[in-house]
Amino acid sequence: MDASQTDAYVSFNEVQKSYDGENLVVKDLNLGVQRGEFMTMLGPSGSGKTTCLMMLAGFETATSGEIMLDGTAINDVPPWKRDIGIVFQNYALFPHMTVRENLAYPLEVRKTPKAEISERVNKALGMVQLEGFSGRRPGQLSGGQQQRVAVARALVFEPKLVLMDEPLGALDKQLREQMQYEIKHIHENLGVTVVYVTHDQSEALTMSNRVCVFDDGVVQQVAAPDVLYEQPENAFVAQFIGENNTFVGTVKEASNGHCVAEVQTGESLKALAINIAGPGTRTTLSLRPERVSINPEAGSCDNSVQGTVKELIYLGDHIRARLALCGQDQFIVKVPNAARHSHLTEGESVVVGWHSEDCRALDGPA
Amino acid sequence: MAQATQPIMIDGVPLKEQLARAERRKKYIAFGMVLPLLLFIIVTFAIPILSMLFRGVDNPRMAMLVPNLTAAVQQWDATELPSEEVFEIAFHDLTAAKNAGHLGKIATHVNYSLSGGRSLILKTKRKFKKIKSGPYREAMIKSDKRWGKVHTWAVIKKVSSRYYSVEVFGQSFGVAPTARYLLNAMDLDYDDLGKVVEKPEEKQIYVTLFIRTLWISLLVTLLTLIIGYPIAYLISTTPPKISNLLIIMVLLPFWTSLLVRTTSWIVLLQTQGVLNDIMVWLGIVSEQGRIQMIFNLRGTLIAMTQILLPFMVLPMYSVMKTIPLYELRASQSLGANPFVTFFRIFWPRSIPGIGAGGLLVFVLSVGYYITPALVGGSKGQMISNQIAFHMKSSLNWGLAAAMGSIMLVAVLILYYLYDRVVGIDKMKLG
Repeated sequence: MDASQTDAYVSFNEVQKSYDGENLVVKDLNLGVQRGEFMTMLGPSGSGKTTCLMMLAGFETATSGEIMLDGTAINDVPPWKRDIGIVFQNYALFPHMTVRENLAYPLEVRKTPKAEISERVNKALGMVQLEGFSGRRPGQLSGGQQQRVAVARALVFEPKLVLMDEPLGALDKQLREQMQYEIKHIHENLGVTVVYVTHDQSEALTMSNRVCVFDDGVVQQVAAPDVLYEQPENAFVAQFIGENNTFVGTVKEASNGHCVAEVQTGESLKALAINIAGPGTRTTLSLRPERVSINPEAGSCDNSVQGTVKELIYLGDHIRARLALCGQDQFIVKVPNAARHSHLTEGESVVVGWHSEDCRALDGPA
Repeated sequence: MAQATQPIMIDGVPLKEQLARAERRKKYIAFGMVLPLLLFIIVTFAIPILSMLFRGVDNPRMAMLVPNLTAAVQQWDATELPSEEVFEIAFHDLTAAKNAGHLGKIATHVNYSLSGGRSLILKTKRKFKKIKSGPYREAMIKSDKRWGKVHTWAVIKKVSSRYYSVEVFGQSFGVAPTARYLLNAMDLDYDDLGKVVEKPEEKQIYVTLFIRTLWISLLVTLLTLIIGYPIAYLISTTPPKISNLLIIMVLLPFWTSLLVRTTSWIVLLQTQGVLNDIMVWLGIVSEQGRIQMIFNLRGTLIAMTQILLPFMVLPMYSVMKTIPLYELRASQSLGANPFVTFFRIFWPRSIPGIGAGGLLVFVLSVGYYITPALVGGSKGQMISNQIAFHMKSSLNWGLAAAMGSIMLVAVLILYYLYDRVVGIDKMKLG
């Protein structure tokens, strides 16, 4: 249990979940979410992130462990008493009710006075800019509008916590990006605590205060988006967030937070020692494509390797170069399309270099 | 702006027409595909039904067999005995009918409305031989004094309808329109002067039967709904492994003959049957107090409810299946407990299935025949049993057709009301 968890608003304490009594879908989950925080659970499908959300919502029971919300254990509280707003993947709007009736529903079941319902529904409609649509049914709205209604409905009763289960999955790219900003702004304006589930890393990086990366039922890393991208703690996170070049090697020596690893083809590469067991063990070296220089000035980089250009893809603002070096041909370099960038041709032999600070030695492959 | 109002032209042809041309081929192909079925239905279904319904308002028999007499009695005002002229026509027409061998048909037809009418007509075969010449009035009354009663002639007038020749596509058809069958089916009749009156009380049976038929159908619909709704709910919400088994159990009765199922109810429910035996054995009822559960209304209700249950469950199930789990979860997350969630979300979403199932069961019940015939006794008979009686035993097809038409109209009215109240577009069968 880390320090952030003891005073957390929402916390999972040693939570485990199994559906069949044989396999654990969620393994020993410890996670704290601060009040007012936008926390995203990010992971590939089947990693257990949605299960965690459903346990928080009360639709799945934790096999063991404790889930706390605002200082009380909610394991035995039924969903309708948890006061948690949920935005579902398919919006889950009630098709037989109008937009206004959908929004009034959570207030009606709470026996809120009529005048107050009307006022709060109007406010919620205003928040998502759907004032003119209150009489329509969900079937008469576009995907984006339905999404807005679903968000408004999850917020209108001022819940303690809002959960969002891949709410933008059904929208097209442009609308998705627009909705990302809208949800982010609503979160900032209302200061509500949000737990958001997605498998889309750019969505997670755009919206969150912190991101919790899941894989195989285990939390890999919990950190702010920039930390997650720049300082991944293990090979999975490095690989899953953003683009990444990897080398598998053996640690030769390690000291003062630095290490030297020898790759298959015999080159020795210097890197930051982040997550290695010690000399003689296997490690994965992780290097972001944008931190690599082509034909650097002699002595400017402490790693430099000879490579061959295999493929060039023109992407406007940058050029993606695929190189063969150190025994692999999937080494990606992003060459900025700047005024004086180096011109490459396929088949050309080049020297690539990078600083050892940009290369992280992480856990080796199993 | 002017351009928008101008039709768009392609090669001098308006766009709309171009579109119609392009779509026409598709329409022909689509029509061609349904054509065999359409013809099959027209020949084997639509035409027989229409011709049968037409019998309910058509009464050509007298007009065909004794045309002159029919025409003559239509002129007669039915206040006092017809004139010698009419008697003479009657004599010649009946003699002609006898020679042609049609006397029996006339006798049966008159007998529907005049007790003893059969003997009166058949007697003429023998008696009219002796009448060599007029005045026929006296001679006929002498042969049977019923010919001297105004009522006899009024009945003959009543059972004969004026004959009209109608030309359709160059072919001439005869129609003799009558409203008598329809009136009879509603326990009404013309009196001797042609006014519509209620039938004598002891002959009023059909209205009660219509009401009973609608009442039984309504009860069966309600019973199947009450029993079927939880079943449909269970099937739609359990995982496929179990729900498939449950569906098979719902469908299982379909694989057994209707007759077998109905007769097995007789075995179960009769006074010396399985259920009564068990109740006596358990001491719930005494040996003398065995409950009469079959050959009455109760029997019809029990058997029909069981037989029609799948027709209620399946449409409800197929609608409930489309109500997504996440909507119910959304409702709970918004603070509604399962009870409120059911009544505010699940129930309104399942109404189209209730409508479809209810309408299906009701319409099937209204026309149910075999089950009430076998287990209904006299108190559990429905209108269809009476229609079958007139089709097969009394051979009064006109009355049978009229009763069928009334039932059809009643169901159409209910269908219309259903559409107004619930909306037919909300109905979903799958």
